[in-house]
Amino acid sequence: MILIKRCTKYFHRGSVNEVLALNDISLQIQNGDFITVIGSNGAGKSTLLNALAGTFTLDSGDISIGDKTVTKWPEYKRARLLARVFQDPLLGTCPSASIEQNMALALRRGKKRGLGPGVRSRDRELFRRELQKIGLGLEQRLQDGVGLLSGGQRQALTMVMATLVRPEVLLLDEHIAALDPKTAAQILSLTSDIVASQELTTLMITHNMKHAIEYGNRLIMLHQGRVILDVKGAEKANLSVNDLLQQFYRVQGEELANDSMLLT
Amino acid sequence: MTIYAALGALEQGLVYGIMVIGVYLTFRILDFPDLTVDGSLPLGASVSAVAITSGLNPYLSLLFALLAGFLAGAVTAILNTKFKILHLLASILTMIALYSINIRIMGGPNIALIGSATVFDPIIGLGVPPHLASLVVFGICAVLVMSVVIWFLRTEFGQAVLATGDNPQMIISQGVNTHLIIIVGVGISNGLVALSGALIAQNQGAADVGMGIGTIIAGLASVIVGETVFGSASIARAIIAALLGSVVYRLAIALALGLELGGFAFSPSDLNLITALLVIGALIAPNIKKKMLAQ
Repeated sequence: MILIKRCTKYFHRGSVNEVLALNDISLQIQNGDFITVIGSNGAGKSTLLNALAGTFTLDSGDISIGDKTVTKWPEYKRARLLARVFQDPLLGTCPSASIEQNMALALRRGKKRGLGPGVRSRDRELFRRELQKIGLGLEQRLQDGVGLLSGGQRQALTMVMATLVRPEVLLLDEHIAALDPKTAAQILSLTSDIVASQELTTLMITHNMKHAIEYGNRLIMLHQGRVILDVKGAEKANLSVNDLLQQFYRVQGEELANDSMLLT
Repeated sequence: MTIYAALGALEQGLVYGIMVIGVYLTFRILDFPDLTVDGSLPLGASVSAVAITSGLNPYLSLLFALLAGFLAGAVTAILNTKFKILHLLASILTMIALYSINIRIMGGPNIALIGSATVFDPIIGLGVPPHLASLVVFGICAVLVMSVVIWFLRTEFGQAVLATGDNPQMIISQGVNTHLIIIVGVGISNGLVALSGALIAQNQGAADVGMGIGTIIAGLASVIVGETVFGSASIARAIIAALLGSVVYRLAIALALGLELGGFAFSPSDLNLITALLVIGALIAPNIKKKMLAQ
């Protein structure tokens, strides 16, 4: 179980650009939850995932993953427990290294790295098997440089790498947003397959309301650094895109009302 | 160019080649422009010279030089990673600090090693003519260092070093403490530079606090010349190119210094100008080649 307990994060605190990115947010995530995260720009979606990943230190609050309180753990240490796929397909892989070198780096996520060979021949079988599942023919190209691959191929490789060692949590930060529609659909179905087969606890940010409803067992909507909607199971399955849009307009309407109050 | 000048250039190219491999590690692999080397080259020379004059085995003195260089590099990297000082500035700070430290180590601006034991003695003892002994030692050391570095970069740790320079966000998400990698990487780089300095001091019979001036420029020039002439398709090839680039660079310098055009000849003080022209040439050569091929 993952516990996010009353977390608050300001950016540029004390300056004119001060932003309250997470506003006393709390969230309880069960093992095996596949949560889709939606919200308008600046709602705090990426900040929430980054808070879990340890990209910055919180101003207050606590985060625990399983039985470990990770609030003070640096980013690299938390990588033992969680894996990430970013929006930018270039961020997840090393361009000058080969496919097998990248996978070997991922195979040792969170483990000691010594003076043994970087790529072991006995691991190649595993790499081929895992790459075969995504059906892009990458298993034939283990020695090819990753810089030669397309954005979609790189993102598919990143997905495989993220789950090569089973993470306690998988964080997907709009990981299909930078891809063309066809590739995006492929990566999304790959994601769904991997999450289901490994029963991964997953948080997936998306801007696509349809995807948010279709995938996962739970949906949360963020607004101004708080959770304003949290639906699960059957209730989530019965949601329509319209319901979500109305919810969006409702909070945005409030915002306008507040602004007009300030101005008058 | 006489055969002696050519042999001399080859010898210099090999011994400075160890330094160039060090510069390659920071400049290209870690993407960490590091000027510490101007201080860690004489640091290695000082440590080795003091060790030898106090009666230590010359080979063992190389190990101490390597360790001293590692520490100097680690200081630069710690200033950068833990205290957020810009890498360039951090390395300049360590470099100027080393100027004073080197004089402290030697108890003066230089130490003579004439008549002291050196790493060349056992080779000469085997019957190698003295003027070739340094070539043999430098050749063995350079090839050894090159092979160890290529092996190292293929290990799990080495792969993490490569990834740190390539895509830091990726390798942090794979659970690697990039600060540690940078500290070890810049440390190893300066260890190699110091080793190179120690060998040079033993060869020229003295360690001098001023012998490091221009090290980084010579190092970068050699890296760039090596990449242009020998390519950098793989890491192994790039490391070999760095070493060979150093040899080509020293040969080019020797050639230029031996050049006489009517009444004009270069003097050693023109070295910086020649180096600058050489680097400019190596940097624009690929572009010119591309344009020529396109036409």
